[in-house]
Amino acid sequence: MPTNLTIGKAINAGLRRAMENDPKVLVMGEDVGRLGGVFRVTDQLHKDFGADRVIDTPLAESGIVGTAIGLALRGYRPVCEIQFDGFFFPAANQTFTQLAKMRRRSAGALAMPVVLRIPYGGGIGAVEHHSESPEAYFAHTAGLRVVTVANAVDAYWMIQQAITSDDPVVFFEPKRRYYDKAEVDTDAALADAAPMGAARVARPGTDVTLVAYGPMVKTALQAAEADTDHSIEVVDLRSLSPVDYDTITASVRRTGRLVVTHEAPVSHGIGAEIAARVTESCFYSLEAPVIRVGAFDTPYPQSRLEEHYLPDLDRVLDGVDRAFAY
Amino acid sequence: MSNNTAQEEPELVQLLTPEGERRTHPDYPLDITPDEVRALYRDLVLVRRFDTEAVALQRQGELGLWASLLGQEAAQIGSGRALRPQDMAFPSYREHGVAWCRGIPPKDLLSMFRGTTNGGWDPHDHGFHLYTIVIGSQALHATGYAMGVQRDGALGEDGTAVIAYFGDGATSQGDTNEAFNYAAVNNAPVVFFCQNNQWAISEPMERQSRAPIYRRAAGFGFPGVRVDGNDVLACLAVTRAALQHAREGQGPLLIEAFTYRMGAHTTNDDPTRYRVSAELEEWRAKDPIARVRAYLENEGHADDAFFAAVEEEAERLGERVRHECRALPDPDPLDIFHEVYAEPDVHTDRQRAEFADYLASFEDAAAEGVR
Repeated sequence: MPTNLTIGKAINAGLRRAMENDPKVLVMGEDVGRLGGVFRVTDQLHKDFGADRVIDTPLAESGIVGTAIGLALRGYRPVCEIQFDGFFFPAANQTFTQLAKMRRRSAGALAMPVVLRIPYGGGIGAVEHHSESPEAYFAHTAGLRVVTVANAVDAYWMIQQAITSDDPVVFFEPKRRYYDKAEVDTDAALADAAPMGAARVARPGTDVTLVAYGPMVKTALQAAEADTDHSIEVVDLRSLSPVDYDTITASVRRTGRLVVTHEAPVSHGIGAEIAARVTESCFYSLEAPVIRVGAFDTPYPQSRLEEHYLPDLDRVLDGVDRAFAY
Repeated sequence: MSNNTAQEEPELVQLLTPEGERRTHPDYPLDITPDEVRALYRDLVLVRRFDTEAVALQRQGELGLWASLLGQEAAQIGSGRALRPQDMAFPSYREHGVAWCRGIPPKDLLSMFRGTTNGGWDPHDHGFHLYTIVIGSQALHATGYAMGVQRDGALGEDGTAVIAYFGDGATSQGDTNEAFNYAAVNNAPVVFFCQNNQWAISEPMERQSRAPIYRRAAGFGFPGVRVDGNDVLACLAVTRAALQHAREGQGPLLIEAFTYRMGAHTTNDDPTRYRVSAELEEWRAKDPIARVRAYLENEGHADDAFFAAVEEEAERLGERVRHECRALPDPDPLDIFHEVYAEPDVHTDRQRAEFADYLASFEDAAAEGVR
């Protein structure tokens, strides 16, 4: 039965379903218990599943990921909440040197079914360290799968897919879109959901491909709506590692132009990698260089400046215009 | 400036003096048969022989690196033999003696230092996790595993206990301290076994900690004990008691095994640059093997034939290890892409195929050259 859910509620419902289906699924993090998380994404889970399965951890991020690794070694499937993007970094060692490498280190003897949920991105007027987009660090690390969601439907299914994956999955949640709603058929079968690694054409078009993910998908769709001169095809990436290049290149071969947008700084970002690969594989189809529209290569500014820092509708449209200037 | 805390010399739990005399301790009674002591002696001699061989193999270019356990045999054999089959150990990278007790084939340890694997054994087969090189990381893994044991309801008299190995240097790491705290808050069944070998590469103990290591535990809310790390009987008794404490659900415990790293940090290190030979002599007099031999001889528990047999077995082990090391196969180049992910991965599959084609192009070129 379709239910109208926000992204935050959809993740909550997905977590609940995963916990009902598999007693090995645990939720852990700071304030995820009685409070239900600072964004209430784990709301009511503590009450319904108990403190052994919904663990309020000490305030130490490395400890969260490090003990999650140990729990996974014992056969559990921990879903860790990192409270905010900028607070991930104390857990970087455990994530990059241990979690990501454990399978290969063991030559396949071990699996690391651990999910790191990270609310990310800006636009909420927050203080420092609460608005960042660190996804490229994770995508640069082999052994991790990196995904993000742009709507409640994907939020509901992809959190469950992340939990059932035997690989560590970093699950980025677009915090400024937590309250965006959509109809979700929560009774459908998980097996029928679109694969976690696949990109999605969110809006078909013919003149230019606009690749976006997470919070920028909504902006990209608004750009496609606003641009009356060009037919923009919006691709929602969904998976940042691996990237579904087949969907992107098929689109670019039709449109001949590509703009990639994200909230993260442009340099060395996801967009840079996509630009390089698409240039390599679609060189003869491209009518213009690949254009990147992202944040500046500066630290995330004070919130009164974030509307200038983050790419918005106009900056995306400007990028599209630049793609047609060739 | 006051230095009282570091100056105060705490008492070691000791059951066998450097001269080989048995001591008793009110908290750690140890009923042990001559047979069992002989078995410990054999373990100590064999792991030292294995270790010596590994150092030689590195010198001969057969290993890229080796981290010698010389001087720490008693701490490792004593604690390793205290473990039960269901227990799980989380080692650092120097725990060759514990690996021996857990039945890890020596060649599996060598393969990592030779560079043919990055570990490669299945931790679940032996109750012995992979070597962890990033200092202190494994203390959190052990704690998380212990939290899993709790959730499995696997506590009790015959329950499961977890042990985390690390050194004095690791006590400075955030992860180790987070592990202490997570274990305390959760009352997790984990024993923290710190081999204080006095040196973290070139940095002596006073550069790591002002307070004696075992006393840290009190601040986290669980017991800590310092044991003579060169006394295999004391290490056995103290670890056995700590594991029992943990497996029965009484929470974590910290053991500081006071020992000494007789060799270099690794084969790349030159300890003559930072420590004096007098210190080495002082510790040589506390050798972990000599005291067990003295005890067995003094008590008439072992004769010359026994010691000769152990020596001979050690020589055979050295020889076997040498052959096995040299026979370790080099991995296939395409192994680079092996087991990066548990589930199928389009991206690494594609790179593997591209690299295979690239490698094949050399064979094609060579074949054309012959023509």
